[in-house]
Amino acid sequence: MKLPIGFYAQPGTSKRNKTGTWRTQKPVYLHKTCTGCKFCVIHCPDGCVSGDKKIYDVDLDYCKGCGICAQICPVDDIEMVSEVR
Amino acid sequence: MKKTVIVEGSKAVSEAVKLCRPKVIAAYPITPQTHIVENLSQIVADGELDAEFVHVESEHSAASVVLGASATGVRTYTSSSSQGLLLLLEVLYNLAGMRLPVVIGCVNRAVSSPLNIWNDHQDAITARDAGIIQLWAEDAQEALDMHIQAYKIAENKEVLFPVIVNLDGYIISHTFEAVEIPTQEEVDSFLPPYQPEVYLTPKNPLSFGAFADWNYYQEVRQIMQETIEKSKEVILEITKDFAQHFGRDNGSLVEKYKTDDAETVVIAMGSICGIIKELVDELRNQGKKVGLLRIRVYRPFPKEEIYQALKNVKNIAVFERCLSVGSGGIVANEVKSVFYGKEKQPRISNFIGGLGGRDLPKDLFRGIVERAEKEVIENEFVAVRTELIKD
Repeated sequence: MKLPIGFYAQPGTSKRNKTGTWRTQKPVYLHKTCTGCKFCVIHCPDGCVSGDKKIYDVDLDYCKGCGICAQICPVDDIEMVSEVR
Repeated sequence: MKKTVIVEGSKAVSEAVKLCRPKVIAAYPITPQTHIVENLSQIVADGELDAEFVHVESEHSAASVVLGASATGVRTYTSSSSQGLLLLLEVLYNLAGMRLPVVIGCVNRAVSSPLNIWNDHQDAITARDAGIIQLWAEDAQEALDMHIQAYKIAENKEVLFPVIVNLDGYIISHTFEAVEIPTQEEVDSFLPPYQPEVYLTPKNPLSFGAFADWNYYQEVRQIMQETIEKSKEVILEITKDFAQHFGRDNGSLVEKYKTDDAETVVIAMGSICGIIKELVDELRNQGKKVGLLRIRVYRPFPKEEIYQALKNVKNIAVFERCLSVGSGGIVANEVKSVFYGKEKQPRISNFIGGLGGRDLPKDLFRGIVERAEKEVIENEFVAVRTELIKD
């Protein structure tokens, strides 16, 4: 496949690059004390937290394990778990 | 009707840009480029050119504006000097990688520190590796001509690279010269409207400047190198085409001034070549076989043209108004590399001078020619005020 001039790409193709492989720890959403404040959704720098009605989860294909959601959660309903083997 | 007028070099350049009908101009004023963008701003405000003039807060923004505008498929222009060009340089690499045919006027000036607003070639030479075509004018007429040619070169489907047109600060930009300004009809018949094959539009969304990891990046760079090398042919064709349209032949990638039977040839760029030509004439009258090779196109570097032009000369003296601190002459190194491993090996001396606008009288070059005839000289600074260096 010959490269296009200027290496332009189709839109949305950055999704093909699954950045979740960079991670060394992952957030675990406990779904126990969640108040539905959506802080985890708003603060995720990768935009990979989604959900509704006090059930939120992370897309591990793209989550880089930064831990911001676990830090920001006002009711400690998210735990960071090491994935180092 | 075409007219010859006495104008400031900057005015000639802004008239050339106007005649090329850019749709977006963005610039931040910096000495000695100011008059070009001042004039263009006036031209747009007076309704003489249907363009958007974007007043920005820096050269980085100016370049970013023309990058975005060019990506949407319109002709664009920006201009800068010195620190401004260096601030713009980060975007210049992006323009080159995205293969956007932006034309940039660089009014050459020294780079700080110490602060100096006068002419040398450090700014544009520092931008040499970005992936741009660099044209170097000798006078106001050539600066005007090169701006018109630059759009045609940049927008050619076999090229698609940004082009920098260089003109010496003050010496060309602020001096009044007789300049033939072509008519709009003449320029229109030479330079058709810009019609890109790929551009940003809501109907067909694309990502420009996309992410490329080690699986792709190197090939993108390799294609740039191979394409810009091949662009030499296009530049030559366009120069010929220009000569047919406007009756002015600016020559090849290099200008050969009395080099054919020369024993010693000076290599230089920019406005100083006018003085060197006078010296060549004088020395020729005294029976000395001296010539000048003026580099008009510095990127892509005209290796083959230099070799063919100078393979039979005895001595080459490269004179340059820039410096790689920690190495020495920049253009000289490239000229030396032209002859490496080749059958013919002229002796190559190199001289550095005229930095920060220091005056370069004709006799200085007489000395350079004499020195290069006697021995091989490496990285010699000329017209030195030794009292400022020694106790």
